[in-house]
Amino acid sequence: MSATITPPTSAEPAAAGQAKAFLAVLRRDVYVTWRELPVFLAQVILQPLFLLFVFGRVLTDLGFARPDYTEILFPGIVAMTAVLTALQSTAFPLVIDFSFTKEIEDRLLAPLPVGMVAVEKIVFAASRALLAAAVMFPVGILVLGSIPWRASGVPLMAVVLVLGSLVGAALGLILGTAVPVNRINVMFALILTPLLFTGASQYPWASLGQLPWFQVITAGNPLTYVSEGMRAALEPAVPHIRPWISMLVLSVTLVVFTAVGIRLFLRRAID
Amino acid sequence: MVQEVEVDRERAAGVVASPAVEVRDLVKRYPKGKVNAVDGVSFTVSPGEVFGLLGPNGAGKTTTVGILTTRVRRSGGTACVAGVDVGADPVRARRLVGVVPQRNNLDRSLSIRQNLLFHAAYHGVPAAERARRADTLLAEFGLADRAGEKPDMFSGGQAQRVMVARTLMHAPRVLFLDEPTTGLDPAARLFVWDRVRDLQAQGVTVVLTTHDMDEAAELADRVGIMDHGRLLALDTPAALTRGLPGRTTLEVAMALSEATPPEDLLAALAALDGVERVEQVAAAQSGPPPPTGSDAGGPDGDGRPRELRARLYVSGDAPLTVAPVATLLAERRAELTDVTIGTPSLEDVFINLTGRALR
Repeated sequence: MSATITPPTSAEPAAAGQAKAFLAVLRRDVYVTWRELPVFLAQVILQPLFLLFVFGRVLTDLGFARPDYTEILFPGIVAMTAVLTALQSTAFPLVIDFSFTKEIEDRLLAPLPVGMVAVEKIVFAASRALLAAAVMFPVGILVLGSIPWRASGVPLMAVVLVLGSLVGAALGLILGTAVPVNRINVMFALILTPLLFTGASQYPWASLGQLPWFQVITAGNPLTYVSEGMRAALEPAVPHIRPWISMLVLSVTLVVFTAVGIRLFLRRAID
Repeated sequence: MVQEVEVDRERAAGVVASPAVEVRDLVKRYPKGKVNAVDGVSFTVSPGEVFGLLGPNGAGKTTTVGILTTRVRRSGGTACVAGVDVGADPVRARRLVGVVPQRNNLDRSLSIRQNLLFHAAYHGVPAAERARRADTLLAEFGLADRAGEKPDMFSGGQAQRVMVARTLMHAPRVLFLDEPTTGLDPAARLFVWDRVRDLQAQGVTVVLTTHDMDEAAELADRVGIMDHGRLLALDTPAALTRGLPGRTTLEVAMALSEATPPEDLLAALAALDGVERVEQVAAAQSGPPPPTGSDAGGPDGDGRPRELRARLYVSGDAPLTVAPVATLLAERRAELTDVTIGTPSLEDVFINLTGRALR
């Protein structure tokens, strides 16, 4: 290309315009979720609520589990809520958007790099996940009576939850762009369920020493590091993976998943 | 009512020199495609022009528009909108183009008005201006009373209206309409046509794809005919049809008395200046043939005039042949009852170029 490129006639710097577009796209998602907040909360709270109730209350009250099991369970359930909420907040809408409704197209035509639309999805899904995780605390108090809490653990908890939510969202981005719509049920069965139970949410990872093969499997699930990080923050007496290892693994996973997810997203968004 | 969503004056001033759309040797091959979906297409659209891409499904029209609107990555060649290379700077290109896709892709989580408002927000239109433009467009498009509704229940034509209004929210320089009236009822179709004319009057460049030759002839200043990824011809509808050899016809209907043998008359017509060939055509009839036994139109010997229809293939200007025909018929005591000048359509152009019908 030689000649005909006109200089930008708009006075607005390109970066500012793109930031505006990014925020507007984010605002759209926040607006839609906000309007359906009760539905959203019911959707994300019900599963952890039942897990907490059955494992933390019913089994302990009946004597099948020790009363202090709730101290192991609760941090794990918050971790699980964050990761899976984030994952589902990117995966399902994207599968439907790219296959049926195409309503994301208007945002793909917004004046910002298409990859940034994918980043927005991750940021937004992670925010939803953090909201869901936060709601788990009152839910936990309600169901369990008391929850493990340590004010000095809050910074670590925040970092772990943010990282975990972002990782979950990035994984959802991969699934949402890689899984064809007719396989969405299969995705549920083959990916979500194992993810749910191999993430050290319902047991501390260190205790799996007696079950080494399962310990290896769980080490491959990013949720494990979120659960372990949550325990390190709230209930450090329970043996746990050292926080710096958890944070490192989560950070590396986040970078890899985000890179792969954006690549797949671009492949779906642009022919 | 003057629509407020106009091409920004200062922006327009900056690009007087560059064409609205410039495509050169454009090629698109999909990863799994056996042939190029777009195969070396070149054309230029001037600012303010309405440009039509006409061709059957699968001709490469939508892919061409997809490349120009940054949704499809080109495999070769260049594509520029208002001087911006869409491949090199897609973000800037997206500010300049407006896109109305074939399928309804309205945001189902938002009301109609919010669809418009958020679209403008993505494009950085300030809040007060967004609201003003949305209200103007909703009123103009007859959507004001449904502004609060979700688009789920909208018919194809209504969704189409909303999508046109939506893309006008950011005052695009070049508007791309992909099959804008396919599947619409006649009223909705006319509405879209009127909008396109309005936009043209406001100086917006419009590129539309269609497989409807009437639409192309009706709306487009120039038409590019595409087939199998190639641009076969490109000109004004009139010039495209004018270029067809021996295609102008004059169809005449006449009532002649029993005394005049039709064969003689046809021979005389064929002998007229500028007439290349004459053929008799069946009298234009609609509906089922009359029941046997009540032969209404035939020569039944009562001296009633018979209808004769003939098609004259004319080498020159068909209208100039009307007078000589009328004179001839008068001399032969036959009455001229109907004249139709058959101008060839874009369909004929397409058949001439490809050897097959458009649909």
